[in-house]
Amino acid sequence: MTDRLLEIDRLSVDYETARGDLKALRDISFDVRKGEIVGIVGESGCGKSTLISSILRLTAPNTRFRQGKVRFKGQDLLQLPERKMRDLRGADISIVFQDPMQTHNPVLSIGQQMLDIQHRSKASKADKRARAAQMLGAVGIPDPEARLDQFPHEFSGGMRQRIAIAMALMSEPDLLIADEPTTALDATLEVQIIERLQELQQEFDCAILFISHHLGVIAELCDRVVVMYAGAVVESGEVREIFHDPKHPYTRRLIDCDPGHIKERARVLPTIPGEVPDLANLPGGCIFRDRCDQATARCMSQVPPLAKLKEGHHAACWLNHKEAAE
Amino acid sequence: MSLLDVKNLKTSYGPVNVLAGVSFTVEPGETYALVGESGSGKTTVIRAIAGLAPAQDGSVKFDGREIRGASERELRPLRKDIAMMFQDPVGSLSPRLTIRSLITEPYRIQGMKDRDLDAEARRLLEMVNLPAHFADRYPYQLSGGQARRVGVARALALEPKLILADEPTAGLDVSVQGELLNLMNDLRERLGLAMVIITHNLNVVRHVADRMGIMYLGRLVEEGTTEAIFKEPRHPYTRCLLSANPEPDPDARLERIALKGEPPSLLRRPKGCEFRERCPFAQEFCSQTPQWEVENGHGLRCLAPLS
Repeated sequence: MTDRLLEIDRLSVDYETARGDLKALRDISFDVRKGEIVGIVGESGCGKSTLISSILRLTAPNTRFRQGKVRFKGQDLLQLPERKMRDLRGADISIVFQDPMQTHNPVLSIGQQMLDIQHRSKASKADKRARAAQMLGAVGIPDPEARLDQFPHEFSGGMRQRIAIAMALMSEPDLLIADEPTTALDATLEVQIIERLQELQQEFDCAILFISHHLGVIAELCDRVVVMYAGAVVESGEVREIFHDPKHPYTRRLIDCDPGHIKERARVLPTIPGEVPDLANLPGGCIFRDRCDQATARCMSQVPPLAKLKEGHHAACWLNHKEAAE
Repeated sequence: MSLLDVKNLKTSYGPVNVLAGVSFTVEPGETYALVGESGSGKTTVIRAIAGLAPAQDGSVKFDGREIRGASERELRPLRKDIAMMFQDPVGSLSPRLTIRSLITEPYRIQGMKDRDLDAEARRLLEMVNLPAHFADRYPYQLSGGQARRVGVARALALEPKLILADEPTAGLDVSVQGELLNLMNDLRERLGLAMVIITHNLNVVRHVADRMGIMYLGRLVEEGTTEAIFKEPRHPYTRCLLSANPEPDPDARLERIALKGEPPSLLRRPKGCEFRERCPFAQEFCSQTPQWEVENGHGLRCLAPLS
């Protein structure tokens, strides 16, 4: 049990809006163990951003935590005083954001920003600077000592994202949250970033929570995968289980939709017709029922639980229960 | 005669030589993809074709007519035939106009007063599979995929012969991306449209493009049928791009060819082959400048091609 670094336990989060409560996260459970890479896959509106801001407790004022716990090294972050939470952010848990062009302060040199984030350290300024240069080197920025004096606009997008990773790892966090860190980058740079993350993860032995909608990246990088849809976890498990033997129709169809799968030229590509349901006005039963071609009467009325199918594989779909009964 | 014939197109912004001579043709009804990393000049190519970016040298012939350097007055009637789909789907729609106004604006600009704009709006929305009541919505009420469709509807309004599409699937969810590509494939077949598509998503190119050109530092380095390029890329840069494509399979063992570093600055173009410094297959003789050579419809700019 001690190897569980982060445990999300039946977390439900609402946003209070003029239209009523928007149920952004419902009954989310999964965990991240020490030193592993967990991928969260989901499309727009699945609740990825709400999940990250809930873990870091950087939520909008209209956020209401309805239920559940976010345990980090055993303590519930949702109960922690704000002062303690501040000590945690950037030190034990750090984050790399999606857009590398807006992550850095444009009027300060990279070196200054890398010194500033070491404000907790008692080391001398020269040592801090040496540490900053060492981290830039570790993420593959050539001539790091000289480049510390340059400003963000003097770096390309790929370099800026690598600098953001260097800064996030500088405090040697136990958990790195990476929120779509490669989405804004070209495929060639995307591959460089993934490979770099893999190396650094080995070197620093930190766990990574990697959020992406790019199935190819998730397949290549992650040990385990959590699939989210419209504010709920629909499936989770080992990366091979998810990609080779998906047990939720949404996961299956999402993988089918990825054109990276289809090697011959197709005139008609697979899609998932329909739209994500309105989270302020949820339909009863399974959240995916309106877009699912295998939905039955039971799916219309009862919410399927996230059930354990075997060790390391959970799915929330009634079809699996029928299989088991037969 | 080709519908679009671009020859040796050159664009500079001051000392920055963005396009260093780009040539390609697009036949009626054909889809041509331009592929390359950020900064390779793909967007500048289509903006220059549409007259939205300067082009100091070269030629752009549309339907046999030279349009490079044409004045705004001369270009306006041509814009009926050449429509543009911009990269940012929501940003390219004015937030203060309803969808009806947005997709019928081309008729007003072209002074086509005889059109029943309500009827046209309904027809266009139907064509892109959006419900008719969307005509009264504003852009902020649309999802990314819906905004894309409005962009397609607006591009189709004047029944163009050529569509220039800048990253038509960027920012779309995987489940929606297929819908848009299907729609574009379908419209092309039904209306006989020709398209130039810009993208860095190679998985998309495979399913929509007949031919493709790979750009590096403002030049084409390889060109051919999509099938040939995917099956047998001959330029090392193309090979690197294709291998940098993560597959949705944890067991996929990729023969990944690492591309070294990042594209060099356009202010300091390398001598000889411009890809040489990043090329894993570079030879001594690559310090000479490679010429564009075409063999069986497959164009290549490389001294040490792969076989």
